[in-house]
Amino acid sequence: MTRFMHIVRRDLYLALRQGMDSAMVVMFFVLAVVLFPFGVGPEANILARIASGVIWVAALLASMLSLERLFQTDFEDGSLELLSLAPMTLEVIVLAKVTTHWLTTGLPLIAAAPLLAVLMNMNIDGFGTLILALAIGTPTLSLLGSVGAALILGSRRGGVLLSLLILPLYIPLLIFGVSAVDSAISGFAVRPQLMIMGGFLVATLPLCPWAASAALRQALE
Amino acid sequence: MARFTGENLTCIRGERCVFTGLDFAIQPGGALKLVGPNGSGKSSLLRLMAGLIPPASGSLAWDDGAVSEDPEEHNGRLHYVGHLDAVKTVLTVAENVRFWAGLRPGADTARSAVVAALGVFGIAHLVDVPGRFLSAGQRRRVNLTRIVSAPAELWLLDEPTTALDAAATAGLEQTMARHRAGGGMVVVSTHTEVGLDGAEVLDLSDFAENVHDEADSMAVGL
Amino acid sequence: MFDRFANPARFMRFSKIVLPWLAGITIICIAVGLYLGLFTAPADYQQGESVRIMYVHVPSAWMALFCYTNMAIAAGIGLIWKHPLADLAAKSSAPAGACFTFLALLTGSLWGKPMWGAWWVWDARLTSMLVLFFLYLGYIALNNAFDDPTRGSKASSVLVLVGFVNVPIIKFSVDWWNTLHQPASVFKAAGPAVDTSMLIPLMLMAVGFTTYFLWIVMLRMRGEIIGGKIRAIRLRQVHG
Repeated sequence: MTRFMHIVRRDLYLALRQGMDSAMVVMFFVLAVVLFPFGVGPEANILARIASGVIWVAALLASMLSLERLFQTDFEDGSLELLSLAPMTLEVIVLAKVTTHWLTTGLPLIAAAPLLAVLMNMNIDGFGTLILALAIGTPTLSLLGSVGAALILGSRRGGVLLSLLILPLYIPLLIFGVSAVDSAISGFAVRPQLMIMGGFLVATLPLCPWAASAALRQALE
Repeated sequence: MARFTGENLTCIRGERCVFTGLDFAIQPGGALKLVGPNGSGKSSLLRLMAGLIPPASGSLAWDDGAVSEDPEEHNGRLHYVGHLDAVKTVLTVAENVRFWAGLRPGADTARSAVVAALGVFGIAHLVDVPGRFLSAGQRRRVNLTRIVSAPAELWLLDEPTTALDAAATAGLEQTMARHRAGGGMVVVSTHTEVGLDGAEVLDLSDFAENVHDEADSMAVGL
Repeated sequence: MFDRFANPARFMRFSKIVLPWLAGITIICIAVGLYLGLFTAPADYQQGESVRIMYVHVPSAWMALFCYTNMAIAAGIGLIWKHPLADLAAKSSAPAGACFTFLALLTGSLWGKPMWGAWWVWDARLTSMLVLFFLYLGYIALNNAFDDPTRGSKASSVLVLVGFVNVPIIKFSVDWWNTLHQPASVFKAAGPAVDTSMLIPLMLMAVGFTTYFLWIVMLRMRGEIIGGKIRAIRLRQVHG
């Protein structure tokens, strides 16, 4: 556990020193959502109708944006090799990296989401559920993404490839995330959707680090 | 009885057989020097010893226990220095060394200990300099500092003298001698002369695959 | 069991014998199946002649899932037992599977036009098929993204297993999403109550598609093995 924190602390420190990464992810998130009123027109009721979907899609894309660098920099400078030779399981190292990714990407997205909900004229009844659904959903995004980020190490055209691999896997989360918010706005129960999303998180928590470690071992061979 | 042994090792990289039928044995305090032309598999053998690549056939053993049974424990008793130095450009030298040392049990990460370890390779004055200002030789010395700052019985060094000047090479030779005097083991691949008293020499070109056998087995398939 | 086919040389001999048989069965089954389906089988009293699209659409959709399952099994064998032919089998199945999926999408869209007046409806089954198509494309892209072909096939083996676990989840969530937005399905007509005169051509087409798949995969595997040998010869020229 102390070594887990040791890696998280170092990665957070690196993210802060290299600056801007989190800020750019949030800027992309805001900008992507702001494009929609220009695309579909500024009528308040249309925007309110599509608000939850647009925010979720933008969140998926923003979270994917920084995934490419999850292992890439460590892979290129030899750190990943040495990390895998540390006397600890590779799964724990992956989990530490995923934790950092969520802290620097998922958390800022959740913080920015209410602002965007206001811009999109979303019904106030959905705000709480939107934040809750994002809080359950974004860690799953980071976990699924870690598998893709590990698979593309050393490939040509990493970033575009990553989106092709990962976006189809994000679809279930998108469906239930949006459905939860829409149910809250229409006054229905949101528990089933949130429970299912919680189930996704519980399932990906052990499986994704395991698959990502297998992919990392291949990349380091 | 040898501490660390490999038996009948075969290594396939990509689709090419790099070496086959290779045996080695190292005693406590012993050293092994890997020589051979480019592409003969010196780096591959070191990575195989570290457990980064699984052997296509054959096995590694530590005190007669198979290494593959507990790879984590094997990680704990070795240090590996590869072609890349793993020095983060935005972290200072001390932060870099401390991070790697902190991942291992029994490492002293106090500042004084880090400065002392850096002193071994003559870069104690760089302790607070960020990685991006270092030259290639200095980065390599930071990487070597990493291995003296946390104890491990087996050192696997892939061309460690690359980018090092004469003084630093001498420092490395002394460090390796001290490590072996304490019962440690060293495996070094090298093109240049590295002082390593009483080291066994393993010429990788002796274990290249017999080309004619392979050509015969291919003819059957086609 | 795997050891019998582990040797590429043995596979080359075995496939040489089997290939003409597969080709023959494929041609006969598809020819007879198409004739029965397009000319003999009755038209649907609601959908008219357009129901005949079913004889291509339904087997294609089956094959799309069958190929992916096959790839996942082959990838699992390749990863666990390090079986080189299993990796090749997975790699060779992917383009065939992608084509079947595309065919299912295309015929589904053609079927939807007379039924619903639109080329594309976000029907649950069609949408799941579309996602499956993207999974295939991702697999093929990853397989070809590396300079070292062994690395590509290993990485994509992990991907196909991850995808395989996800397919039922995607199917479940798409069904959920669909019932929320659009209850009707285009393909309810092709339910279990199908007449024998329709079932026979359907089964013939399914058998024909399966043997076609095996035929193509074996051909591609032979090509891959020979390609590997050419690469080995080139490597030997470089390394002496």
